[in-house]
Amino acid sequence: MMGNIAIKANALVKWFGEGETKTTAVKSASFEANFGELLYIVGPSGSGKTTLLSMISGILKPNEGNVLVDGKNIWEMKSDDIADLRLHKIGFVFQDYHLFPRLTTVENVAIPLILKKMDWNEALKVAMEYLEIVGLKDRAQLPPVKLSGGEQQRVAIARAIAGHPDILIFDEPTASLDGDTGRKIVEFVKTKILNAQRSVIIVTHDSRIYEYADSIMKMEDGKIIGFERNTVTTP
Amino acid sequence: MSGILKIALKLLVNDKSKFIALLVGITFAVFLMIMMMSMFSGILARSSSSVYNVGAKIWVMDPAVNNATSSIPMPDYVLSTARSINGVKYAVPIYFGNALVKLKSGAYQAVSVVGLDDATLYGRPELTEGNIEDIYAENAFFVVKDAEFKKLESPTVGTEFEINDHRGLIVGVAKVASSGLFGIPTLYTTYNRAITYIPSMRFTTSYILIEPKHENDIPYIQQQVKKLGYQALTRDQFVQKISDFYTFQTGLGMNVLMMTAISFIVGLSISGQTFYTFILENLERFGALKAIGAKGHELISMILFQASFTAVLGYGLGVGLASGLIILARLRLPSYAAQVTYFNLTFAFVMVLIMAGVSSYIGVRKVLQIQPFDIFRG
Repeated sequence: MMGNIAIKANALVKWFGEGETKTTAVKSASFEANFGELLYIVGPSGSGKTTLLSMISGILKPNEGNVLVDGKNIWEMKSDDIADLRLHKIGFVFQDYHLFPRLTTVENVAIPLILKKMDWNEALKVAMEYLEIVGLKDRAQLPPVKLSGGEQQRVAIARAIAGHPDILIFDEPTASLDGDTGRKIVEFVKTKILNAQRSVIIVTHDSRIYEYADSIMKMEDGKIIGFERNTVTTP
Repeated sequence: MSGILKIALKLLVNDKSKFIALLVGITFAVFLMIMMMSMFSGILARSSSSVYNVGAKIWVMDPAVNNATSSIPMPDYVLSTARSINGVKYAVPIYFGNALVKLKSGAYQAVSVVGLDDATLYGRPELTEGNIEDIYAENAFFVVKDAEFKKLESPTVGTEFEINDHRGLIVGVAKVASSGLFGIPTLYTTYNRAITYIPSMRFTTSYILIEPKHENDIPYIQQQVKKLGYQALTRDQFVQKISDFYTFQTGLGMNVLMMTAISFIVGLSISGQTFYTFILENLERFGALKAIGAKGHELISMILFQASFTAVLGYGLGVGLASGLIILARLRLPSYAAQVTYFNLTFAFVMVLIMAGVSSYIGVRKVLQIQPFDIFRG
């Protein structure tokens, strides 16, 4: 580990297209995300939040710059090693959850464990423990489609933390939820998921949940235009 | 089974409508392919039944003969010459012809008559009733108890009938390895009685059956017969010649080939389309798996497993369905000419593997193309 730093991004640049169609989505972005910190990346649509998130999580290769996780530049690794890094170090909660409707809730949560080659029954047992953490143990055998939006979000969180990652990445976690449910979810993340050994990064443009952030990084037009510690007291 | 394959299996079978559609498509295609090829195999086997039943090692015939029942009679000197060829242990004539039998009820029934060499009775069938020497009795015939036996009103030893206005008497009931193709009963008698009772052309020898002294003598015998302007074929060569005739000169082979191809295309279309839809519906989830940390080869193994599982299951169901139908048909029609062969099964299996391969190739391409970044972008 690099002290308290979970992820360090150095001068990341990403552009799409060539010639006249070339669009630069992220322009020389540098920042650090720390353990024990809930970091928000905020900004209007098209500001480059998701592109930045993808580059720091080993999903999208930057054109310039580097990303350090555990002191290693992840973009110098082979693709299978990056996949392993994502599996072991990073947990994802997607905007649309992307749960498998043909699997039960507990099987969905067990996916990262199964990818880690854990025995099927053992993986389900561990997944059940994580479902208990998110308060959905009684829904374990239901398919995700039978759950409410907030419950599906919590299943996605359980899946993300089941692999025991150091870094959790949320993409617009409240976009599909009503204000009250959205706040409850983020409050849950802040109080139950975040800890001193884990860094949580949330991409959002939902200002209703800003109050829960430890740090807020503002983006606009591909640039980081501000980075501030949140002074608002978390409820 | 590894966890990732278990996930693949659950994703597949829990999507019941698509899984059933996939199975139905492959099962239906396999069923059609097996049925068509089995019927064709059955027809080919039946078309060579005389060759198998007589069992001679070498058959001498006019080169224009293309199936056992359409013989071209040969002059007697061919028999004499055949007997004088070095390497021939013995050579005998055999007669194949058709006649009309008037039954006790007054009904007429076409029959196939085989006239065996009077001296040796070479090529005789195995008797289940009666004595072999009774064939030399006056007007004596053996009747073959096969699927067509009932058409002669199930005769027994002692049953009389008329054959071309001659009296005929059943002196034995025989069994043979294979029934004929054309659905008419078979009678055996001596060569001389056959050519006496059945109107013949100038020459009467349908085939000459040769027993070589040694297997090595066969090429020389064939060579010598060829010099006479005739053809000597081993049993396998004759069967092949008959098969080639039905396959390439009657349109039968082409029809079966077309039906098999259509069945394959129908199966491929249904399974390919359904599997493609299945992959498309799960594409984002495969992308999510990639984002979580699944490697390309793991996703490929999931798709290959899903395609193979469906293919093997559909193949089993298709083979079972076709076999069941053939068994049911045989219960109703004992002479139903269809047989499931190892070649048919292997061919259908290869076709199913191609279906699975093509279907999964499309899926694999799609899944490998999807980028986790697309999942983030939504």
